[in-house]
Amino acid sequence: MTLATATQPTEDRDRAGASRSGNRRSGPDTAFHLLVAASALLVLVVLGGLVLLMGVGGSQAFRVFGPGFAFRDVWNPVSDDYGAWAPLFGTILSTLIGVVIALPLAFGTAFWLTAMAPPRIAAIVGTAVQLLAAVPSIIFGMWGFFTIVPFMARTVQPFLTHHFRHTPGLRFIIHGAPFGTGLMTAGLVLAVMIAPFMTAVMRDVFAAMPNMLRESAYGLGATRWDVMWKVVVPWSRSGMIGAIVLGMGRALGETMAVTFVIGNVTAVGWSLFAPRSTVASLIALQFPESPAGSLRLSALLALGFILMLLSFASLALARMLRRDTK
Amino acid sequence: MSDTAVSSTGWKPNPRAARRRSADHLATAFGMVMAGILVLVLASILWTLLSRGLAGLSAATIMKPMGPPGSSSGLANAIMGSLIQTFIALLMATPLGLGCGIYLSEYGSDTNKFASCVRFVSDVLMSVPSILVGLFVYQVMVAPFGHFSALAGSVALAILAVPIIVRTTEDMLRLVPTAMREAGAALGATRWRVTLSLCLRSAKTGVLTGILLALARVSGETAPLLFTSLGNQNWSFSLNRPMASLPVTIYQYAGASYEDWVQLAWAGALLVTMGVLAINIAVRVSARRG
Repeated sequence: MTLATATQPTEDRDRAGASRSGNRRSGPDTAFHLLVAASALLVLVVLGGLVLLMGVGGSQAFRVFGPGFAFRDVWNPVSDDYGAWAPLFGTILSTLIGVVIALPLAFGTAFWLTAMAPPRIAAIVGTAVQLLAAVPSIIFGMWGFFTIVPFMARTVQPFLTHHFRHTPGLRFIIHGAPFGTGLMTAGLVLAVMIAPFMTAVMRDVFAAMPNMLRESAYGLGATRWDVMWKVVVPWSRSGMIGAIVLGMGRALGETMAVTFVIGNVTAVGWSLFAPRSTVASLIALQFPESPAGSLRLSALLALGFILMLLSFASLALARMLRRDTK
Repeated sequence: MSDTAVSSTGWKPNPRAARRRSADHLATAFGMVMAGILVLVLASILWTLLSRGLAGLSAATIMKPMGPPGSSSGLANAIMGSLIQTFIALLMATPLGLGCGIYLSEYGSDTNKFASCVRFVSDVLMSVPSILVGLFVYQVMVAPFGHFSALAGSVALAILAVPIIVRTTEDMLRLVPTAMREAGAALGATRWRVTLSLCLRSAKTGVLTGILLALARVSGETAPLLFTSLGNQNWSFSLNRPMASLPVTIYQYAGASYEDWVQLAWAGALLVTMGVLAINIAVRVSARRG
């Protein structure tokens, strides 16, 4: 009797223990699953909140100025009249200049590194370029401010004005007082900033091609350039597009490197040598002076929203092109 | 074009071959010139940084806090502020990034809609202009409380660090062979145990690399700090108040018209670059060993 009552609870406890340990087996697992899923959800929420806050904050500006906000070329804090075209134009043009200059630099360097350079030198230069791709953008901004701006102001602009002042097509592009700041300077600094990054990616892409293909082409009597242009480039097209678009995305949203050298004047014009502004530089400079709830703050947030869309579009473009070619 | 000249034996190269050969010469010259230009420009940046940074660097730079122009001031509080803010940012970003990366690799198969959505969003977040992250954190953490704070700066940096940690964690965990997971399960280990003690452990080096890369990326960021931690001329260890940071100080000082401030900006720039490069080199060395 005493034995029976003694064993009964023990058995119960065992069963309870077993079921509890069974619970422990699935319980922590579920908890772990929920925990990691929650952190994934949080990442989603952060981006959602980012887009939402920009959109909501900018809605006042979009309401006041209509959807044409993006194409109005005034930015006048005194009369509280805003439009996005001047900074947008600056962002797009400086990015284009940057990519157009960086592309041959990056492609040529990657070509040299993979096809021509002696292995030891290629390893050193390749590593250096990869390391320099990680240098913070403010360093490039400072370098541009202290090196490129004076160079532009003292050498390039006087030279251009002296020789091409009366050339019909060029006159509009080089017009402007020799401040040294402007879209061209910004484009140059952006190019120097994204070129190491693009070079590093392109070199990886080129190096990823099976050597067999390269050797076969050489075996057929192809020259170095033939191999590059007709074998390596087609094979790595999607990776190259990825490198270009990623570089473009970096240039689009770059703040520090540009703010130093663009001159920060909200004007629209074709001159590449007159002070301009970009979306990011305008936000960086005017946001601290914009009181909460003001139309100017809303206009800046609307600008941020448009910039977000641009950077999103460039990423989507990269993905689409990559899928197409694969 | 000498290739096309008729030689004494009357042999003449095929004009197409000659064209290919001259195109090759041109391309070779192009590649060398481009590489030369890029290397020279980058060397010029490093040279400017070194020569002007070293001139401004002294014991006082590291020991003394910021001060008015003309006084012998340094960057000590900015250096400390940067260290504190990046450390707290990593403290927040690491668990979140690890969790998200684990979710994507262990639970997010390719057919899982939510997982592919998160994967895409994390990629988008990686390419979001950093100034917009600053704006976002300003709206969420600065405007409601009415004051700038170091915590807001850390959150902004954390948002930039998370997607990098997510990507490397997922990639590294995916490299862990399925057999390892099956072996763990066969021994009776639960799934979380397999994930943490087997997969994460064997992918340790790679995951650590991701965290270090995030650190390198974040420690030079200026734009997201402008509207969040703002900067501070004085010592401050409170997370609830504005805090100085090296990049923001560089930004403020570089444009100043005082010679000693500009010099300090260069010294700060040198310190930041050295830090970032040192982290990257450490990553490289550990990757080669691992």
